[in-house]
Amino acid sequence: MDLLTELAILVLAAFVGFEVISKVPNTLHTPLMSGTNAIHGIVVIAGLLLIGPAEGFLNELLLVIAIAFGTINVVGGFLVTDRMLGMFKAKKRPELEE
Amino acid sequence: MSRQDVIDLLYIVAFVFFITGLRMLRGPRTAVRGNQIAAVGMAVAVGATLLQPGVGDWLLIAVGVGIGVAVGVPAARSVKMTAMPQMVALFNGVGGGAVALISIVEFRGAGGDLPSEELIPILFAAIIGSISFWGSNIAFLKLQELMKGGIKTPKWVTALLAAIPVALAVVIAAGSESELLFWLILLSAGALGVFAVVPIGGADMPVVISTLNAFTGLSAAAAGVALDNTALIVAGMLVGASGTILTKQMAEAMNRSIANVFFAGVGTGGAAALVAPGGGGTARSTSAADVAIQLSYARLVVVVPGYGMAVAQAQRAVADLAEELEKRGVEVLYAIHPVAGRMPGHMNVLLAEADVPYDKLKEMDDINGEFARTDVSLVIGANDVTNPAARSVRESPIYGMPILDVDKSGSVIVLKRSMNSGFAGIDNPLFYDAKTAMLFGDAKSSVSDILSEVQAL
Repeated sequence: MDLLTELAILVLAAFVGFEVISKVPNTLHTPLMSGTNAIHGIVVIAGLLLIGPAEGFLNELLLVIAIAFGTINVVGGFLVTDRMLGMFKAKKRPELEE
Repeated sequence: MSRQDVIDLLYIVAFVFFITGLRMLRGPRTAVRGNQIAAVGMAVAVGATLLQPGVGDWLLIAVGVGIGVAVGVPAARSVKMTAMPQMVALFNGVGGGAVALISIVEFRGAGGDLPSEELIPILFAAIIGSISFWGSNIAFLKLQELMKGGIKTPKWVTALLAAIPVALAVVIAAGSESELLFWLILLSAGALGVFAVVPIGGADMPVVISTLNAFTGLSAAAAGVALDNTALIVAGMLVGASGTILTKQMAEAMNRSIANVFFAGVGTGGAAALVAPGGGGTARSTSAADVAIQLSYARLVVVVPGYGMAVAQAQRAVADLAEELEKRGVEVLYAIHPVAGRMPGHMNVLLAEADVPYDKLKEMDDINGEFARTDVSLVIGANDVTNPAARSVRESPIYGMPILDVDKSGSVIVLKRSMNSGFAGIDNPLFYDAKTAMLFGDAKSSVSDILSEVQAL
């Protein structure tokens, strides 16, 4: 893919990111930070793509660490966000179920 | 359709999940589902990547993922709710660390000989990723109280530390293939991350973590440009952009600017913070949407009306809000201080006029025992009758006056026109309490705003 196409995708993604988070109540700041945090764990993909062709012990070691880091970021990030958000539905309110 | 097309299509599906998930994270009712949807998007993106021809060394992949799961899952499961911010810092840090490691492997793999359209994003990813990794780890240490603040980094040190990695990157971009220089970039950028975060204290930490979160997103996007991978570009940039907006909002909620957080130094309120005329401390301001969430997820809300409610003629709006909350299963009581308003019974009359059932109006002696089990006290235009100084500060002119013990409730929301002191002209320490949030504005319009936010939930 050529550089200009990639830059176009980059700019459009930036605008979507700006727009999607327009106004967030303070209470949700921490969970939202945590949720977006989990999403950038996508770097794990880069590790997966590079480790096959990688040569040499050091490169492979660095990539295994990178994959482990990325996995911690993804798995831990989503789980911790889920726990935080769970506090919002702690109380049963049958009136709302109708 | 080729295998590459299938992968690219799956990536697009993942983007839809990510964006939908982020959108849903904005509201308390949809947030849990939003997070799950984003997680599904991640699974799709990772799964699609594994279809890529040439992905291999499954053993090493299994080792890396295995370590990640073994560390990440128990950490996320066992962390206490109070320790959440430092956990997020740590997760953010490892993300940045992964980007930094990937950048060095890219550089080494090509023997330093890369076209500039790959080299420049790699250098960017290396610098930002390393700042994020080391900065986040410092943030973790500080929040975990393993490291005390107080060291102030002079501005010229920060400037120098910022200049070094950039200068080294320019040397590499200009043609140097030295691997040593690349390691030095990671090292000096890491030092910048450390020294930039070390001086920042306490309440400003969430803003720092949010900034570093946006940084990691940007570095992931840069890595995506280098690797020609749209999933990395889009997901990384989404986080970079939304993280930036979020950082700005968090800083605004604390009456600070982002620059102020990073350069104002240790735990000082900063120029923009609300400092009481008497020098009491910093008050936290909040929004109607935020108050609405707190109220609708409470069990017991106690409304403390005062003269401000009377002046604004807000009693009917207050009654409507209470009714709406009761519909949602929240118990609402009113705490009536004997001298609330300007005449005895002022509040009772106003509230009765707004058809508030009389048994919900509680006298001071009856309600004071209830504050301990109150989730949210909503103070509407009352000031001196809630001033804890009357209990504790012997010098205070109102010392000894019986007050409503709102400071004993779980959290306090104060609706007030401004930070001016009350009728007695005395500063109120309640406003600077950590569990107190201020909603500034005319009481009637504030209450109406809260009501419409509650209805929108």
